[in-house]
Amino acid sequence: MSLQLILFVLFGTIAAVSSVLMITRANALISALFLILNFAGLSGLYLTLNAQFIAVTQVIVYAGAIMVLFLFVIMLLKPEHEKYFSHQPKLKIFAFFIAFIVFIQLVFMIFVSHPSQGNNASVAASVKAGTIEEIGKQLYTNYVLPFEAAGYLLLAATIGAIVLAKKKFE
Amino acid sequence: MNIPIEYYLILSGFMFLVGVAGVLTRRNAIIVFMSIELMLNSANLTLVTFSSYMGNSTGQLFVFFVMTVAAAEAAVGLAIILAMFRNKLTLNIDDINILKW
Repeated sequence: MSLQLILFVLFGTIAAVSSVLMITRANALISALFLILNFAGLSGLYLTLNAQFIAVTQVIVYAGAIMVLFLFVIMLLKPEHEKYFSHQPKLKIFAFFIAFIVFIQLVFMIFVSHPSQGNNASVAASVKAGTIEEIGKQLYTNYVLPFEAAGYLLLAATIGAIVLAKKKFE
Repeated sequence: MNIPIEYYLILSGFMFLVGVAGVLTRRNAIIVFMSIELMLNSANLTLVTFSSYMGNSTGQLFVFFVMTVAAAEAAVGLAIILAMFRNKLTLNIDDINILKW
């Protein structure tokens, strides 16, 4: 057992179990906390893949910003007790059945197509691809237009959120 | 890279389908929204996996942009949920059907 395999099993188990717990808890607040645990596990998985910058960004942006927004809204609304699971049990069985079938299909496709054959970069190339230096260089040269577009998207989202959540005075 | 790429891809597919099951079965609008975030993250895991195994940072740049879109989506979506709750006093998506014909 190499260290990478041990870390993959550890963080992968955290991510998988917390995602299942996330969709099965009745309380939305507990669900959000499990989603944060899932993001922490994913961040560890990114570290095992030598993607340092993405691992840090995952913690800062997802666990730090987006999930705080979610927790804030959940605590703000505090909805009354109501049935959150669908009251049609047929739909629930159908949903899990479909998800299971598609999962089997995906596993089959992944093993048939042998994705590990073509791409075996050296560890040095993999580490280099994940550094903030390489990503920043790409971001400000080849991808500068999408980067600016992302800035405009965030501006539009900020204005849209303010307009939508603003209290209407008549 | 010691371990096969298939492990990461299967974990990513599992998380994506847990997200799909969450969207289809849960009725709380916020939990449906969090399931969508879970699906976005499983796609991110696939992108980072291929990026790392090919030694090419383009996949990680795409993850960066996906995170931007997810942040924008969370802000607007939560504002919509807030406005919806103010009008109907419920988060149950079975009760919110004014756009349904």
